[in-house]
Amino acid sequence: MELQHVNIKIFVDGDLAVAPARFVDVFHEWVREQSLDEMLIDVADYRHVPAGPGVMLIALEADYNIDQTAGRWGLRYNRKSAIEGTNHDRFRQALAGAINACHLLEAHFAADGPLTFSRDEFELFINDRALAPNTPETYASCKPEIESFVMDVFGHSDFALTHHSDVRSRFGVNIKLTKPLDPKVVLDALQRNA
Amino acid sequence: MKVSSARWKSRLDGTIPDQLAQEIDAFELEIELRLQDKVDEKIFAETRLRRGAYGQRYDNGQRFDGTETRQLAYPEKSSKGPGTIWDAPGMLRIKIPYGGMNPEQLEVLADLAEEYSDGIAHVTTRQDFQLHFIHIEDTPTLMRRLAAVGITTREACGNSVRNVTACPFAGVCTDQAFDVTPYAHALAMFLLGHPDAQNFGRKFKPTFSGCAQHSCGLTAMHDLGYTAVTRVVDGEEQRGFRFVVGGGLGAVPDQAKLFDEFLPPEEMLPIAQAIARVFGRHGEKKNRSRARMKFLIRNWGMEKFKEEVLKERQSLPDDPRWTEYLDGVADDVETPLKPAGDFPTVTGNEAYDRWFSTNLREQRQEGYVTVSVALPLGDLTPDQLRALADIVRRFTNGTVRTTVEQNMVIRWVSKSDVFDLFEALTGAGIGEPGAGNILDIVTCPGTDTCKLGISSSRGLTAELRSRLAKKSFEMDEAISNLHIKVSGCFNSCGQHHVSDIGFYGVNRIVNGYQVPHFQVVLGGQWEENGGSYGLPIVAIASKRIPEALDRITDYYLRMRQKNERFTQFVTRVGKGQIRQVLDDLTKNRPDHDDDPSFYSDWGDPREYSTGDVGIGECAGEVVSAYQFAMTDAERMVFEAQLFLDAGNVQGAGTEAYRAMVRAAKALVQIKYDDVADDADEVVEEFRDRYYDTKLIFDPFAGGKFANYLFAAHSKVGATFTSDTARHAIEEGQLFIEAVHGCYNRMRTAGLSESTEMS
Repeated sequence: MELQHVNIKIFVDGDLAVAPARFVDVFHEWVREQSLDEMLIDVADYRHVPAGPGVMLIALEADYNIDQTAGRWGLRYNRKSAIEGTNHDRFRQALAGAINACHLLEAHFAADGPLTFSRDEFELFINDRALAPNTPETYASCKPEIESFVMDVFGHSDFALTHHSDVRSRFGVNIKLTKPLDPKVVLDALQRNA
Repeated sequence: MKVSSARWKSRLDGTIPDQLAQEIDAFELEIELRLQDKVDEKIFAETRLRRGAYGQRYDNGQRFDGTETRQLAYPEKSSKGPGTIWDAPGMLRIKIPYGGMNPEQLEVLADLAEEYSDGIAHVTTRQDFQLHFIHIEDTPTLMRRLAAVGITTREACGNSVRNVTACPFAGVCTDQAFDVTPYAHALAMFLLGHPDAQNFGRKFKPTFSGCAQHSCGLTAMHDLGYTAVTRVVDGEEQRGFRFVVGGGLGAVPDQAKLFDEFLPPEEMLPIAQAIARVFGRHGEKKNRSRARMKFLIRNWGMEKFKEEVLKERQSLPDDPRWTEYLDGVADDVETPLKPAGDFPTVTGNEAYDRWFSTNLREQRQEGYVTVSVALPLGDLTPDQLRALADIVRRFTNGTVRTTVEQNMVIRWVSKSDVFDLFEALTGAGIGEPGAGNILDIVTCPGTDTCKLGISSSRGLTAELRSRLAKKSFEMDEAISNLHIKVSGCFNSCGQHHVSDIGFYGVNRIVNGYQVPHFQVVLGGQWEENGGSYGLPIVAIASKRIPEALDRITDYYLRMRQKNERFTQFVTRVGKGQIRQVLDDLTKNRPDHDDDPSFYSDWGDPREYSTGDVGIGECAGEVVSAYQFAMTDAERMVFEAQLFLDAGNVQGAGTEAYRAMVRAAKALVQIKYDDVADDADEVVEEFRDRYYDTKLIFDPFAGGKFANYLFAAHSKVGATFTSDTARHAIEEGQLFIEAVHGCYNRMRTAGLSESTEMS
């Protein structure tokens, strides 16, 4: 099963300690500096929408946002362009994009934050209902591949995978690690294997 | 083709009406042909517009980043229209005739917003939905998924018949003459893709209202406005429409003119077809800024227009659809899911009480209410759309509509379910109170996504909402019932003309920097289907608009007479007096270094710019001389308004013309110091130096605004009516804005300095 349009959400640890408006400034700065791998285009501000996408950084190939959907703040990376290669390659690319953005945000707000993202929990979605309808069959088919990817990246099998089973939602899983990991190490591993 | 696009095409095969499926296939092919450069970019642009695929800000590949204008490195270099880069994401507009939707459609929209856009579905001021940041290659798949649930994007944009809007309470309203829903549906279906509606020079907007007194249909501002009326003939009640034509907002708004006091339903479709033919044949094609139907009616006069239409009507070959569409038309086509009931007793729930006081409306059917779902800035998320679908299914037979106030209305809610429904909405984050009150500000996309936006209408609206939310339920009812509408530019997509207090974006130079401003528009009327249009009284810096709003509302509260409505109050005290209250907000602007935030817009930390603007070394002196003259011109056009308010229409028209000449002279003087005060000389010099050289040409509107001056000058001494005087004021104001725009462009290009020295 070919999976495209991988979407990763890494939760904020605890409450969001930074005013959401601050991300508007940061994302504009990133557009100006073209700070990420994608071609950055614009910033969309949806802070007025309850439990919405918050503040978005729109790129040609992907979107980033400080996201509050389902009531939990987090950094979401949503890949829009197709990527050649294997599903592992696509998972790796999206996770690296998300972790890199979290890392940059933590560094940016280090002085006046603290803003920290979870080291032990994230979500992975396939934002494409044609490729991955959210069914038990899709989960059964994708589970081994996702597990193998997580083991490959984090180097162990101490994690729990939970399927979001609402059929109307995008296919997605929650991944909870038993041991917190250093994001820099993970990022290095992801980039080394890219 | 993407793998998922191919899968959708295959999966939906046979579920889409043949004609629509073929059209979408053809569009998909045209995308391929354009990529191979086998279709001209202009033709492709109009083709995609007629499919609802619209351009978005920065699709020309340039973006001002707060410091300088930079090229965005889009990889695909071909175009999807003149000046529009292929890879740049755009907007898809989705037509929802009369706003009518069902839960399945809400769910599909949710999926599309999630998979293809930025995760937000936006309700527009024409009851459409819009999705932003869509890639052109994905649009056929979106169209197929929409078509499979009975929705089309066809003719949502471009020179076509736009979404047919209607009162969202039609059929359940206590004031209606009859339910206009089936008539709106009939007109939408009849004109969709009709061969006689494919040859327009500009768009064409129809609407329906069930009554004359409320605002739900806004018939006065539409090309075709149908208001339900009845009459009794030989003891039998007959249905018909009070039919008006040629209304429109835009830069210079027009109230629609009466075509027929009683248009029988069986004549509704043939007359619309005849109008489409006449408009297609005789409407302006070359000059887009004068191509709406209102200009044809202005040129011809109503009598000739009607004569031509009736003549065309007589020559039309019979079409059985004229009456087939109306077969079986009856009231109460919707039915409730639950039995009628009484409101539950709820005590001690302040949030519910507030919501109950603003978001409910009694239906004509006893025991039922409509419930408004107030959407901040018209936005909602995929999760909220799905929750709304669930709620609509749980409490009704799937009856929900979008509104021109950018909300949703759930119909046929049993009164006994109201509290449960409130809790369900609140759980989904869409249980906000304040529908239809001061908190419920209508706004266009503005600089967020629109290529024409000058100021951040959404940024301002979000700021005003945030401030008003804290106090809206402690406000006097006179204030909380006011309507505010915001547009990002003069084109009026936010409908600022038909609000109690309107704002539209303009820019001004302050201390050598561009600063986002909004014109404050007063005197408009939301009621009576948009019964009168407001006029701008003063431009105020964007960051000072919240203070301006506070002052206007405080002044109204202090000075109003008992039960005096806001529009009546504005007429009584006069705009001059209200402007006085705001006067100091136009002065004492902070230096850039002291308060840089004054020089940026709401929700956008970049230093404000309308383009690639730098700061000229010699600007100060030039600006002083120029601004002096322009201040004069602005004062004069405002005085013209005061004349009009006082009933001096001749004085109003004349003063508006003089203001234009003054503004023209301000520009001429930059190049030719010795120009005389004589209007003939000013206009001649202006034409020579700015029009023939195209310096005054607006990047989008071309020479439109300069032509206002030339037209006014050619008619010096003519008698004004209240309508023509009002047009003169609007045109005067727009000409002044054009002069500001021209000056800003010259500064950017360094022309003002060099010519000033020459």
